[in-house]
Amino acid sequence: MKGPVLVFAESSGSQLRKAALEAVTAGRRLADELKVEEYVLAIGNGLKEIGTELGKYGADRLLVCEDPSLGLFHPEFYKQIALDAIRRVAPGTILLPATSTGKDLAPRLAIHLNTGLATECVQIGLENGEFVATRPAYAGKVLLKVKINGSPKIATLRPNVFTAKEIVPRNLSVERLLFSRPDTKMTVKESVAHDAKKMDLTEANVIVSGGRGMGGPENYKILEELAEVLGGVVGASRASVDSGWRPHSDQVGQTGRTVSPTLYVACGISGAIQHKVGMVNSKVIVAINRDPEAPIFGFADYGIVGDVFEVVPALTRQLREFYGKR
Amino acid sequence: MPKRLFPSLESAPLGRLQLKIVVCVRRVPDTASRVKIASNGRSVDATDFEYVINPYEEYALEAGVQLKEKHGGEVTVLTLGPEKSTQTITKALALGADKAVHLRSESFPDDPSCSARALAEELKSTEFDILLFGKKGVDDDNQQVGQMVAELLGVPCVTQILGLEVADGKAIARREVEGGSLIVETALPAAFTAEKDLAAPRYASLRELVAARKKPVTVKEPRSQPSTLETIAVQYPPPRPPGKVVGKGVEAVPKLIQLLHEEAKVI
Repeated sequence: MKGPVLVFAESSGSQLRKAALEAVTAGRRLADELKVEEYVLAIGNGLKEIGTELGKYGADRLLVCEDPSLGLFHPEFYKQIALDAIRRVAPGTILLPATSTGKDLAPRLAIHLNTGLATECVQIGLENGEFVATRPAYAGKVLLKVKINGSPKIATLRPNVFTAKEIVPRNLSVERLLFSRPDTKMTVKESVAHDAKKMDLTEANVIVSGGRGMGGPENYKILEELAEVLGGVVGASRASVDSGWRPHSDQVGQTGRTVSPTLYVACGISGAIQHKVGMVNSKVIVAINRDPEAPIFGFADYGIVGDVFEVVPALTRQLREFYGKR
Repeated sequence: MPKRLFPSLESAPLGRLQLKIVVCVRRVPDTASRVKIASNGRSVDATDFEYVINPYEEYALEAGVQLKEKHGGEVTVLTLGPEKSTQTITKALALGADKAVHLRSESFPDDPSCSARALAEELKSTEFDILLFGKKGVDDDNQQVGQMVAELLGVPCVTQILGLEVADGKAIARREVEGGSLIVETALPAAFTAEKDLAAPRYASLRELVAARKKPVTVKEPRSQPSTLETIAVQYPPPRPPGKVVGKGVEAVPKLIQLLHEEAKVI
């Protein structure tokens, strides 16, 4: 555990991801407990002003590596830069966001460093001076408290679980890392956006989800409208994804995304265990379903028993009025 | 397969590539299983579990079998697990694999890096073009083994793929990421980890199940290493307070908005 905390601050385009700031905040807390410095590693192309921002979230030192070939995640390029940074910093702990990038990269680092990795952690800290992480398994039906035999300790942190918090800004020192492109047999050709405006479910604050009760793909329009007024995005149950109504990237549940937004509105979703495990950690759950016996009413904070095609448009209309008045 | 990634490759004459494909498959408890904590408080009680092929590996297997059907070649299933994994292996053979290697151990450590090292050890002496994994097991949710094995073997690895095509000693994969996908091209041999719906799994007929029992299975003993990840306690997640119904139909909407604003303070 001796040695600084090193956080991988993932970016998307020129911006840091929200999940990166969450990891930097969690890293700051851990560094304080351990009385060590917090280093942050940022990799990308055309990163803007990230030093000032990272200082606000508690980083002491920033290592930046920028190159036109680093704009999109290339596992072998990123791995080499991370291993170089690790050699230089000699961290006791490494934290990464549990994003598609973090989850791809972390195991590669762990096996090279011959140490252990705890993925998708929802809690990290010290117990008797030892690094301990809590992570869901069986899609969240149980929580495992794990320790890592080996050093450094590596963990990925589930997005939207740790809170990004600004503190008194630090005077952050910045060091630029040179990138020498390694030999690789892999080329990342292009990035294809689903929908440029749509935020990923794991990062959304509000999710309006539809299930079998929506009856067909055309009916998701009313959910898009409700999501828009709430500033959220639309999700779906497995039943509606398997029916081909929505893409898999919208699926919430055991074989889809695990989400923990501030507000989750489940529309026409029964709340089977497969779905429940993916969204039960939402802060507030609202359920709208015609069937009063639906399992979702057993754990929704606020339920309305009624027809989604009547209740959802009424809710959208009245929320517009509510926001209009304020 | 999902929509074509590279239409130009599709129109090119492919010939028979005779691909050597290995798919790593293991058994997991069915996703509908209830999970109970064992009396030692440090593991889960597996007595009531019904086991199935890990769903993500079923997508990987189907993708492998489809590549074989298109390009020729053979599919080998590689399984690390106890004697009872035989059922899972038979199922995989019925679903189109040609042979299997079973690294059989009753007490292998529950640790992704140990699994990765044992699989890599076996694969070092195995010739392959395409190595397929599920992106994760639906039991431990670790999502580590595929990348680790690839790193140990020094082969490229593309994770969380939703599409895969092979031509001219190269593969093109579509990798699912937040808000979209990345198109990744790699030389072969290479490893891939399957996202849900990489390929729609088929059903095995009774005849295929019977025939599967005659396909060759090599049993070996895996070597285990010290664990790097150790579970010290298992807990149930904190329960949510029981649900409350605000009311019925459209009349309940004003009350819901009031509660979300004043009580939950989320709007």
